[in-house]
This record gives sequence, structure tokens and C-alpha cells, in this order.
Amino acid sequence: MSIPIAILTLVLGMVLVLGGLWIGQNVNLLPVDASANAPVYDELFRVLFSIGAILFLGILGLVVFSLIKFRRRPGQLGDGLALEGNLSLEVFWTAVPAVIVLFVGLYSFDIYDRMGGMVPLGHGAHDHQEMEMQQNIWGGIGSKAEELTTESNLAALPVEVTAMQYAFLFRYPRGDIISGELHVPVGQPVRLRMEAKDVIHAFWVPEFRIKQDVIPGQPTILSFTATKPGRYPIVCAELCGPYHGSMRSAVVVEEPTDYDTWFSNNAKTTVPEA
Amino acid sequence: MTIAIPPTSNKKSDQLQPNGWLRYFSFSLDHKVIGLQYLVCGFIFYLIGGLLGSAIRVELASPISDFMARDVYNQVLTLHGTVMIFLWIVPVVNGAFGNYLIPFYVGARDMAFPRLNAVAFWMIPPAGLLLISSYFITGAAQSGWTAYPPLSLTTPAAGQILWILSVLFLGGSSIFGGINFIATILKLRRPGLKLMQLPMYCWAMLGTSILVVLSTPVLAGTLILLSFDIVVHTGFFNPGLGGNAVVYQHLFWFYSHPAVYIMVLPAFGLVSEILPVHCRKPLFGYTSMVYSIMAICVLGLVVWAHHMFTSGTPPWMRLFFTIATSFIAVPTGIKFFNWLATLWGGRISLNSAVLFSCGFIVNFVLGGITGVMLAQVPFDIHVHDTYFVVAHFHYVVYGGSVFVIFASIYHWYPKFTGRMLNENLGRFHFLLTFIGFNLCFAPQHWLGLNGMPRRVAEYDPQFTFINQLSSAGALLMAISTLPFLWNVVQSAFNGPIAGDNPWRALTPEWLTSSPPPVENWNGEAPLVTEPYGYGVPKEQLDKTGTSNSDHRSSGQ
Ligand SMILES: [Cu+2]
Ligand SMILES: [Cu+2]
Repeated sequence: MSIPIAILTLVLGMVLVLGGLWIGQNVNLLPVDASANAPVYDELFRVLFSIGAILFLGILGLVVFSLIKFRRRPGQLGDGLALEGNLSLEVFWTAVPAVIVLFVGLYSFDIYDRMGGMVPLGHGAHDHQEMEMQQNIWGGIGSKAEELTTESNLAALPVEVTAMQYAFLFRYPRGDIISGELHVPVGQPVRLRMEAKDVIHAFWVPEFRIKQDVIPGQPTILSFTATKPGRYPIVCAELCGPYHGSMRSAVVVEEPTDYDTWFSNNAKTTVPEA
Repeated sequence: MTIAIPPTSNKKSDQLQPNGWLRYFSFSLDHKVIGLQYLVCGFIFYLIGGLLGSAIRVELASPISDFMARDVYNQVLTLHGTVMIFLWIVPVVNGAFGNYLIPFYVGARDMAFPRLNAVAFWMIPPAGLLLISSYFITGAAQSGWTAYPPLSLTTPAAGQILWILSVLFLGGSSIFGGINFIATILKLRRPGLKLMQLPMYCWAMLGTSILVVLSTPVLAGTLILLSFDIVVHTGFFNPGLGGNAVVYQHLFWFYSHPAVYIMVLPAFGLVSEILPVHCRKPLFGYTSMVYSIMAICVLGLVVWAHHMFTSGTPPWMRLFFTIATSFIAVPTGIKFFNWLATLWGGRISLNSAVLFSCGFIVNFVLGGITGVMLAQVPFDIHVHDTYFVVAHFHYVVYGGSVFVIFASIYHWYPKFTGRMLNENLGRFHFLLTFIGFNLCFAPQHWLGLNGMPRRVAEYDPQFTFINQLSSAGALLMAISTLPFLWNVVQSAFNGPIAGDNPWRALTPEWLTSSPPPVENWNGEAPLVTEPYGYGVPKEQLDKTGTSNSDHRSSGQ
């Protein structure tokens, strides 16, 4: 006695969904998460990966199953079933993806908001001149983290980033430090104001899950809060010439005391420490 | 007004043309000759583009730049992208199969404008030669197929200008082709043939051609402005002269996102022709297929800024383009579910055409899923311009379009030549291609997620092993062309005679001799109102070793 097909389908569907969820939660494809928005990003990744795995494995299964089950046997000359369509089925597979896509869109909107993407970019601009320039500043993850921590009285650390063929330069306005590597204290929001000298580059720290193009003639803003001490690569992600692949630097995330030591060792002007 | 070609005038011009194999090298006006010219020409460029791609994978087998000079590497990657898009996929899925099949499908004896058609084809070889020769004469362009300024303004000018000229020619050819397809499909239909009776490939080509005509001129205009910036130092896109580099990106992607649909919509159409024949079932959901093509066209025009999420774009724009892009998944999904339903309960011949079509479904679904992921701004911000994106678009254009091109060659080769291909070699070709392709591109998803940007000649040594895996896949892909080439060449001379209709198909190109005569049919063009009239009612299904179709509760 064979199992009724409806129950079999239901069980297979449940196995597929659970399997997809398991894959999404347990197969880790991402590097270390070292910034405040990296865990948020990873959460989105796991959701998308789960949905993707369910869909992909389901469709792969259907294709392989159909090819085996419905293959033409020797001696079979007749046609298959003359089935030209099925309205309810078609409505079903229009509606379900639409709902999934809508869910994914709204969910990623929420994630984007939590990452600070929707924060007006002028926020956190302290000096007046920068407020005026805000009209010209486009793009970048804003400063949600910054907004949260300003309440705990930890001001964002401003750093000016200049990208050129084939290096990044980091200038700390307080202390007038110019460095080839980015040093930041753990837990304090950092606000990068970036501009390119020659062609378009992109500032990418994979462990922070952030990237922003650095464009000549158009400053861009990027904020982040590092959460794990360590040394992470800064990678140029926009083709910028023959040595594009070697345009790399590093961000050094340090405990606040170590950072302060580095800062005071390099500062040209003495500034009162926060 | 009806446009019709008086048969007499056509006859006269035929006499001026060579008849044997020489006609493939002539300014032929026969749509079938032009179609095959597109196909063979495109395939030669595919081999060149493949060679360039292999060079990239050789360079990336080691983490340091050691195989070629860094500027040569950038030339190679620029040429690889440009050749594969503009000289292989676009001309073949549109020009080759479009020219060969569309007049048959609408019941016409040729395209609406045969001379324009020949002109459109003959723009391609010189443009391609110009592009390739730029490498030897001046050094090719180095700024990628996207040619973003200011990089494209600062790299050596001669190569960039030759690149622009070549792409302008190819864009022009594509526009001429698009106009011709629209006119043919809308105006040359055989009396009695309604739009909703056309084979699906006609709808795909109609949608594609509308996209071509709407978006390619924008690319042309943009590239002309870019060439002004390079040659006479205007400042449209040069921030140093008060221009704006991001505006170029908007204009470029206004064409180049639809370009993706220009490459995949015809492929969707071709698969819709191939599957019903070999599954012996009607195409499932004809009407919803038509509407999804139209929806994809409309949506495809308003999603371009998803290529610019990390560029200079304000937050509202990032959100709008996320939602619009995600929604393309809905009509695209409809098409895929319809194909799955076409397979379901069929009598599927497991031949090369079907295997490549199903390979396409699997690969493209993966590419589509990563596409929806990439559409999400927060997701894209991490992986934009990385190998994740490289993997994604190769799944779409290679796993999608190129697999379909191979499926189509296996399906229509008997019609083109009158001879059958060797099926065992074909299945072997499929196996090598499918494994090689997935080995080459699947690991690249991981590379991108973990920190390898695209378009680099050197990388962090921690990625060496995965890159070597990918290069091994590329080697397999290169090898896989050998059985294919052997098969098409030797079958042309020694393959078994195909007869008019070896697949027992219903569409009009099979209702004539193989290869078909000039003007397609001797006598009147057949009126095919049910191009997918395969299948038998449930009661008549022959029951030998059959499916559980009686369990199907959803069947009508
Ligand atoms: Cu760079
Ligand atoms: Cu796009």
C-alpha cells in the first residue's frame, strides 16, 4: 500500500523547509564579524540564505525528479498530458514569490535602517562648514550607531579618508595625524569622510560588512563602530588602474588605552583627550 | 499599411548572390543565411572571449601578479567582458536565432527589412576586429566593460576610443536588428495568425527588441559624451572640470541593466520552444508567460541603480531600486514554474537539448536567487564589486544564456544542416560544461563574501586554494568545447540525415525541408495556430511504465 501522494508531498516540503533553515543557520560563509552592524548584516544573510537554499534545493529536486520520473522509456511513443495551464496553480506561484519578495524587501529595509542607512547624512556633522556641505554629500551608511552612542556621550571619531592610485590616507583632524593605516578604538563610532584624488575607489572592510565608493569631486560618508580588536584588511573594491589589486591597507582596532597611546605618540598638536 | 516583400524583387537579388557555401561570406539577404552568419561569427568570438577568460583564470591561479603585466590584465578583462556580451551573447541569442526563426514563426518569407538586416550583421565583424586589433595596435581599453570615468579618461586614450567606436557599431547593429524584429513580428504576420498564437520566442524577441530600441541609444549617447571627454577634454564626466562621474553610471546602467534582459529574455523564449517539443506537452501557462515577459520589460527599465548602491546614491534611491529589483523575481519566477510544470508529466527525451535546457533552469535559478539577495541594499553593500557578483552574473549569462545557446544548437542543428548531431557526444559535452561551469563559478560566491574584490590580478594568499579550484573548473569548461566542436564539424558531413522534422515538432520551421529553401516554404506558408498542440487527453495516455498522473489533484 503506497503512502498517499498528498502526505508525501507535505512531508517532503517540510523536510525541505527545515533543511533550508538548517543550512541557513549552520553553514557559515562569512568572515569574522567585527563591527556593530556586522551581526545585523549576518542576520539578514542567514535569512536570505535560508530562503535561497529552500528555493534552490526545491527546484533542483523538482527538475531532477521530473527528468527521472517522466523520462521517455524505450517503446513509449505517445505524448504527455495535454495540460496547457492551471489558473489556481499559476495564481499560487505568482502570489507566493510576491509575498516572499515583499517580506524580504521590508525586512531588508528594517536591517538597512538598523545599520544606519536611513539616517540623514548630515547628522553628526559637528562643524558648521560640514553642515553646509551636506547637500553635496551622497551615499554611505549613516550613523545610527553614532546616534545611539551619542546618548552615552561618546562622540564619533572623525577621520578624513583620501583615496588615490594606489593608497588610502587617513587624516585625524584632532591631532593632525596622517596615517597609512586606520587606527580606531573598539566601541567608539567612527565617521569617515571620504574623497578621491584621481579616479573612483571603494573603501571596503569585509569584516565590518561595509563598503562605500570614494569618488572624486563628491565626498561620501561612512560610519561604523568596531567591536572586536584586531587587524582587518581594507580593500579597494572599484577598478582603479593596473595596481588596483594591490591597493590594500588595514584597519587596526584597539582597546581604547592602546588607541590613546598610539594617538598621543603620533599627534602633532596636543589635544585634550575625550 | 502592410509591409510585404514582393517575391519577384527578392528573386532578382538572389541571382546576384553566390549560391553554395560562398553565400555565407556574402551580403546575403536571406534571413537564414544571416542567422547562421551571426551564429558562426558569434561562436568565433566566443572562442576568443573564452581564451581571454582562461587567461584571467591562469593569472588568478596564484595570488601574485605573475602571468601577465598588470595593465595587460586589465585589457584582457575589459576585452573578455566586451567580447562575451556584445559579440557573443547579444548577437547570438538575438541576431542568430532571431533571424533564423522569427520569419518562420510569423509565417513570413524573410525579415521586414532584409537589407537593413544584412547591414546589421555586417557591422559586427569589423567592429569585433577593431576591438580585438586595438590590443595589438594601441593596447586595448583598460577600464573594464563598464568604462567608468574618471578611470576611462585617464587610461591610455587610443584603446579607449577604439573600444567606444567598436561598442557604438555593435550597439547600432543591435538597434537595426531590434527595429527589424519589431516590424517583422507586428507587421509581417501571415494573415490569420493572431498575436496570442505566436510561439513564445516571438514574444521574447518583441520584448527584447523594445528594450534594445529604448535603451541602446542611451548607451550610444553616453559613450559619445565620454569620447568627447577623452578627445577634446570636455568635462561631462570629469570632476576635475566640473563634471560628475556618477551621472555616467546612471546613464550606463540605464542601458546595461536592460542589457541583461537583452541577453536572457531571448534565451527564455528559446527554452520555451525547446522544452514542449522534447517533453511532448504543451507549454504550460502561455498567457502568463506572455505577461511576465512584458512585466520583465517594464520593470527592467526602472531598476538600473541597483548597480550603484555603494556609489553616490541618496538613501531613498537605494530603497526604491531595492523594491523594484526584487519584484522582477515575480514574473521571472512565473516563467520558471511554468517550465517546471511543462516538464511535469511529460514524456521527456533526455537528449542534449533537454539536458542543456534543464542545466539552464538550475543555474539560472541560483543566479536569480543571488540576484534577489544582491537587490537588497544592506546585503549588496558588503558584496558589491566582489567575486560574489562575478559568480552571480556568470550564473545568469553563462549558466543562463550560454547554456540555452548550446541547447538551441542541439535542437535546431538538424534544421540548419539537414543532419543530426551525435547525441552521446552532446551529453558528454553537457556533463563537462555543467561540472566545469559550477566548479568554476560556485566557489566564487565564497570568495566574494570573504573579501576578494573583482577585477584584481593579485589577491590575499588565503584565497589561493579556492581560486585554483575555480581555475580548474575553467579548464574543464575550455576542454568541454572540444567534443562540441568535433561534433558540429563532423556531423555536418557525416551525421545521419535528419529529414524535415526529426523531433516531430509543430512550429512552422519544421514544416519545410531541412535545410529550408530560399523563401522558407515551397508553396504557401503554413498557418500554425497552436504551436504547442502536443499532448493527449488524460484518457488516452499510454500507460506503459507511466507516471502518477491520476494522483494529480490540481490537474484540470
Ligand atoms: Cu583603488
Ligand atoms: Cu542590473
